[in-house]
Amino acid sequence: MKIHEYQAKQLFKAAGVPVPQGIVVKSAEEAAAAFTTLGGPIAVVKSQIHAGGRGKGTFKEHPAQRGVVLVKSAAEAAENAARMLGSTLVTIQTGDDGKQVNTLFVEQGLKIARELYLGIVVDREVGGPVLIMSSEGGMDIEEVAKHSPEKIVAEPFDAVAGLYPYQARKMAYALGFDAVGVRNAEKFLPQICKFFVAYDCSMVEINPLILTEDSQLLALDGKVTFDDNALFRHKDVVALRDLSEEDPAEVRAADTGLSYVKLNGNIGCLVNGAGLAMSTMDLIKLHGGEPANFLDVGGGANEDQVTEAFRIILADKNVKAVLVNIFGGIMKCDIIVSALLNAYEKVGFNVPLVVRLEGTNVEIAREMLKASGRDIISATDLTDAAQKVVKSLGA
Amino acid sequence: MSILVSKSTRVITQGITGNSGLFHSQQCRAYAAECQPGVDVFVGGVTPGKGGTTVDGFPVFNSVREAQEKTGANTSMVFVPPPFCADAILEAADAGMELIVVITEGIPVMDMLRVKRGMAGSKSRLIGPNCPGVITPGIAKIGIMPGYIHKPGTIGIISKSGTLTYEAAWQLGRVELGQSTAVGIGGDPINGTNYIELLEMFQNDPGTEGILVIGEIGGSAEQLAAEYIKSYVTKPVAGFIAGQTAPPGKRMGHAGAIISGGGGGAAEKMAALRAAGVIVSDSPGGMGDAMKKAMQKA
Repeated sequence: MKIHEYQAKQLFKAAGVPVPQGIVVKSAEEAAAAFTTLGGPIAVVKSQIHAGGRGKGTFKEHPAQRGVVLVKSAAEAAENAARMLGSTLVTIQTGDDGKQVNTLFVEQGLKIARELYLGIVVDREVGGPVLIMSSEGGMDIEEVAKHSPEKIVAEPFDAVAGLYPYQARKMAYALGFDAVGVRNAEKFLPQICKFFVAYDCSMVEINPLILTEDSQLLALDGKVTFDDNALFRHKDVVALRDLSEEDPAEVRAADTGLSYVKLNGNIGCLVNGAGLAMSTMDLIKLHGGEPANFLDVGGGANEDQVTEAFRIILADKNVKAVLVNIFGGIMKCDIIVSALLNAYEKVGFNVPLVVRLEGTNVEIAREMLKASGRDIISATDLTDAAQKVVKSLGA
Repeated sequence: MSILVSKSTRVITQGITGNSGLFHSQQCRAYAAECQPGVDVFVGGVTPGKGGTTVDGFPVFNSVREAQEKTGANTSMVFVPPPFCADAILEAADAGMELIVVITEGIPVMDMLRVKRGMAGSKSRLIGPNCPGVITPGIAKIGIMPGYIHKPGTIGIISKSGTLTYEAAWQLGRVELGQSTAVGIGGDPINGTNYIELLEMFQNDPGTEGILVIGEIGGSAEQLAAEYIKSYVTKPVAGFIAGQTAPPGKRMGHAGAIISGGGGGAAEKMAALRAAGVIVSDSPGGMGDAMKKAMQKA
């Protein structure tokens, strides 16, 4: 799960991680008032969407308007806010459709001496969290890693003990901080690492992290991704979820307990198990088709969940054929078939349907399919299934 | 011969009074009874607070230690729900379980980091979490895989995915290759036993003649496995990587299956395995054939 920048900063602040002063606004008047409250002489007005690249992004309705702007008066704050609110921001990460901006964050302007990068992720090979910093603030860390890896410093830390002060000093010295900067890093860095662990984050990114002219460290941006599996113990985080930032079909699937990712092709897939679902997509592509989605009904889905899965697939207007691939382990094949026939009744199939079944109760399931008299193409193995579903598109 | 599961394996189920815990304990017991008539392989279970009761003939104990003392179990199969699962794993390790197989899906990453730290120096081997388990066909299965698709034989399977492993076993069956042992290592970013340790075990197992490695997008465990194969594995290896068409930044079902920061894609993993001499199938429909080809080449 992801949250907005302003939400991340509210959590940072509560956790003792320094952030600039800022005010959330939803109208031009509020933006002007925020500028006055912050006291000038400059402020930054920032679009709040989950996607990155906002500073360079522009609005569909106002091609000259950037997603993040520096303003010098309350009037200027209001003018920019009026153009930004309700308009569609397109950045390198939003895709061509862009994202409507409903909230702005007005932040105090600061005297910046240096811009740095800070990121924390769980490194699978190290088997623990790693703090990553670079002297190239504002740059994509992947780019820096590719072109100037010597500018990156990384420090694995213990999830239980946290980042030790000596580790913070090591980073600060490596990045060439002055004495005051080193002392501030000794507080800031362990604090943000503690936040990462306490909130079960899978990623924290502060880009840029700034060093002011008086060597204060502040999080000028904040991107936080949480471990979905740990949300059960973070009700305060769940309350920050913004459903308008997520794909409606993916939200619906998640609510039903299904794993669904929408793709751009025209062959809908219903599969049990993540690995087999990914492989089924690969297989379709290998045989010249394009998958419309990833859909894993999981090991223990019941008939209602499977029926809902068919509804979600068929609701996608791009879907011109459906491939069902089930290898029953915990999931019994007859449950899938009974849901399939149910979906036929309730949802209605107007596209070709190819079914490949194997595993637990497969004999009963095949009998049920045959007895139903429905127009279902059955396949004997994976390759056969992929060939048949791709062929059905041409028919 | 085989790895991890042998005739001396005795198993208790943690979380045996839950629906799936009980169902799969029954399935495992039935499979083991078929393979080893008259031998009790699945000897009981643990649910704190329900000690002293029985479910469907399984004695239930309050703690793993008590279960171990009363039944002589050396292995635990874990079905405890995610919020309490890390604690259950640590309890099993503390009670000296030699093998801990965790089926539970959805354990927070931070909990797994604490488990890894808590198990440092422990003699217990952790398989999973979020995995189908381990099966030595003809001896016993510890997990949720359908027993009948696995035939006894000489191929070792190591896989991140459940149903894809069933698919692989089924395809191996069609080319008349059985398995010595099939191990699901799980689809989570932080897991217990990884490819390399299992490759070493299969390499050293006289009952294993070839190895099938099934990976997926995310992380770089497959690349590390490829390096290990190149240096240390002399037995024929075939492989497959799921997620060639997965878009970056999206989690594909498994918590660990995500391409991030330009790393973890299928193409680089396949290339690394091929460079190590592994016969890699482009199609998930070709895993059995790839293995057969690798065996013939050897």
